Amino acid sequence: MSGPLTGEPLALEARNITKRFPGVLANDSVDFALEKGEIHALLGENGAGKSTLMNVIYGLYSPDEGQICVDGKEVAIRDPNDAIAHGIGMVHQHFMLVPVFTVAENIVLGSEITRGPTLDMRQAERQIRRLSEEFGLQVDPQAVVEDLAVGEQQRVEIVKALYRDARILVLDEPTAVLTPQEADDLFRIMRQLTDRGVSIIFITHKLKEVLAVADHITVMRRGRVVGTTTPEETDEQGLASMMVGRDVVLEVDKSPAQPQQIVLEVQNLSVQDERGVVAVRDVSFEVRAGEILGIAGVQGNGQTELVEALTGLRAPQSGRILLDGREVPFHNPRYLIEHGVAHIPEDRQKHGLVLPYSIADNLVLSTYYREPFSRGVQRRQRPINARAGALIEEFDVRAPGAFTPAGNLSGGNQQKVIVARELSRRLRLLVANQPTRGLDVGSIEFIHRRMVQVRDEQIAVLLVSAELDEILSLADRIVVMYHGRIVATLATAQATRDKLGLLMAGSGL
Amino acid sequence: MTLRNSSPGDIARRLWRSASVPIGSVLLALLIGAIILIVSGASPVEAYRALFRGSFGDAAALGRTLEKATPLIFSGLAVAFAFKAGLFNIGAQGQLLFGAVTAAAIGFMIEGLPPLIHAPLALLGGALAGALFGAIPGMLKTYTGAHEVITTIMLNYIAINLTDYLANGPLQDTTPGNIVARTPAIEASARIPAIGAIPLGFVIALLMAALAWWLLWHTTIGFEIRTVGLNPSAANYAGMRVSTTIIVTMMLSGLLAGMGGAVETQGIIGRFQPGFNVGLGFDGITIALLGKTHPLGVIPAAVLVGAMRAGSNLMQFNADVATEIIDVILAIILFFVAADSIIRWILRTRAVSEEKVTLSTGWGQQ
Repeated sequence: MSGPLTGEPLALEARNITKRFPGVLANDSVDFALEKGEIHALLGENGAGKSTLMNVIYGLYSPDEGQICVDGKEVAIRDPNDAIAHGIGMVHQHFMLVPVFTVAENIVLGSEITRGPTLDMRQAERQIRRLSEEFGLQVDPQAVVEDLAVGEQQRVEIVKALYRDARILVLDEPTAVLTPQEADDLFRIMRQLTDRGVSIIFITHKLKEVLAVADHITVMRRGRVVGTTTPEETDEQGLASMMVGRDVVLEVDKSPAQPQQIVLEVQNLSVQDERGVVAVRDVSFEVRAGEILGIAGVQGNGQTELVEALTGLRAPQSGRILLDGREVPFHNPRYLIEHGVAHIPEDRQKHGLVLPYSIADNLVLSTYYREPFSRGVQRRQRPINARAGALIEEFDVRAPGAFTPAGNLSGGNQQKVIVARELSRRLRLLVANQPTRGLDVGSIEFIHRRMVQVRDEQIAVLLVSAELDEILSLADRIVVMYHGRIVATLATAQATRDKLGLLMAGSGL
Repeated sequence: MTLRNSSPGDIARRLWRSASVPIGSVLLALLIGAIILIVSGASPVEAYRALFRGSFGDAAALGRTLEKATPLIFSGLAVAFAFKAGLFNIGAQGQLLFGAVTAAAIGFMIEGLPPLIHAPLALLGGALAGALFGAIPGMLKTYTGAHEVITTIMLNYIAINLTDYLANGPLQDTTPGNIVARTPAIEASARIPAIGAIPLGFVIALLMAALAWWLLWHTTIGFEIRTVGLNPSAANYAGMRVSTTIIVTMMLSGLLAGMGGAVETQGIIGRFQPGFNVGLGFDGITIALLGKTHPLGVIPAAVLVGAMRAGSNLMQFNADVATEIIDVILAIILFFVAADSIIRWILRTRAVSEEKVTLSTGWGQQ
């Protein structure tokens, strides 16, 4: 543990925090020390206990053992109001804003300034302007929140915490929803905040960001603190090993592709989004057996609609989709499933899983009606359970058992359940949309390895990802989508981050 | 990785977890009922004793209880079944009326059939009528997006007035001297008898509850229904036909309600007469909630309500307590079932926290 470098007391100290849930030790004697004016990254895989620790600090859980000290004094935090009273503010990953309210209304919500029976919004707006100047956070108090970009909404959340006199800010996965440009802005803001004495706990699992912005890094694994370090003392490899508890391969190890015949052929496909706006315009491409075709692009450039059309979830306006040379019917997921199309969906909780269902039921979600999982209309539990046991083992799903509800699993394990289900069928084509978004290093490594393995089994793979690193390390060929069109097709060997970045931003070569 | 099979202890624990709130609610409601009785000057001991004797005291009392419980099981099943697909079927009343009038029509129009054919025929006719009437809101939902709560409420009015018209016009009892809106009495061969004190209709209701349970948890159709109820997007993704499932579910729900109407006609009333079935369908919502929307939970819920209704007369007679107190107690029970945190707090069950625990998760992903 690092002690205070200055004589000042620690901004926040959690001592010996233990929190048990039935069957799980979520925090096991955790110590955590936050110095005044520092950015302290809390790093760990999903399920490592970061969220539990923060919930304890923010008063959402009461710990079974341990104390919390703010400014060197022990405090009792029974609920978020106590936390706010002690100067602790939290910015959740999913923003807690009322979309139709203005920025000022959102910020004062719950601690409104009143004059007699009426709200004094002028006064509130003045205070917000002062705060945003003091901390270098540009927000327009009169703007309506739903009109703001995600990055701006996040700034509103930060100002909301500062408005309540937060001196300690907990930022929960703040960059998960941001573009790289917005993330850089956020880091600049974080620096300005710490320069003015605010202390920040930065929760993340992105190693590059941690190294770029943190003063101290505390790594958690399985409910315990593994250690605290600084960016100078370590590197990506070192942090990844600390998080996972073993050496991690960050690079994807793969041999050159040996593409064979065309499996998926898309001809002049146009697709509308739900508002009737054309999202995919006249797109044509093909994917061959034994290759990974990567679709790069900033989110919202038609990738979602394209994948939904290819997997039968959305009816295209025009064009043709051919699988092994045969035209497929539109809007028919079962036809595609029966003809060997697997789909790792973008939103695993919306499409990929039925959260209250057991792992076993989720694993037969698309094959439940076939032998041996049913006979006639009667479901047969024994083969379903046997299959679940085998897949849980093969895909290393960490769960108490096959009957555990999928909703009780961490994000990484939920994704492994989906991958297990999709890859355990007879396969011709795998469509993977953002397959590793929000996952921890261990799970990403695992899923990447399986995708390369699938490719080497002469299956066609279509990978859609907003993460350039993922596209560059996995894909054999890359197409770039911009405003619903394919603006370039290139071999990965010829692609660089800069080149792709320009294409994704719509500037031609 | 070991697979835990459900041991008897596991099942008992699960049963307690889902039954503790309804049981606690009933006890607490009886307690509050007792206070009301004391305040109004009656003896709660005497009142409850009379209530019990009137509902379970002898074979006749038991028969009355089961008679009252039978249609409630059907309508409760109808609501609970639709609920598993995420559908709120407020229309059980209308489906039940169509079942009742259809069974009556088959019952009095056809003569000379042996009971073993006539009674099942009328029952199936009633069930089918309910199913067809239930299909309408299902189709309206899938093809036009109209919400089933609105359409089933509307269809209830249509059902009430249409069956009224039938009993007043085409199907009216034309016996000389009859001026009441009702159908003729059904043939004896169409009646559903009682075996001793136990009405056969009650046995049919138990069988249907078991069938509904089996269908939901042990068949592929049930898997589709539950998946659509829990996550329609995932059901679509997995290749299930969501709109077909919704229509089928509404038909099966309507079938259960319609069968309830038919059993009422064939087992109790002996004809269709407007006004005699009112409320049974709406009670289904109460029963389904009290039974935790589980097909098997519906049975004790219906028997409880049936018993209270059956025993209320003796309670009025013996303890001089107005039968309305029963409705008050029922309302209090429902109130506690709906506001279950009160009961959980009293029982200090940890069910809530256990359900909410996520073994491990990222922030905000819950």
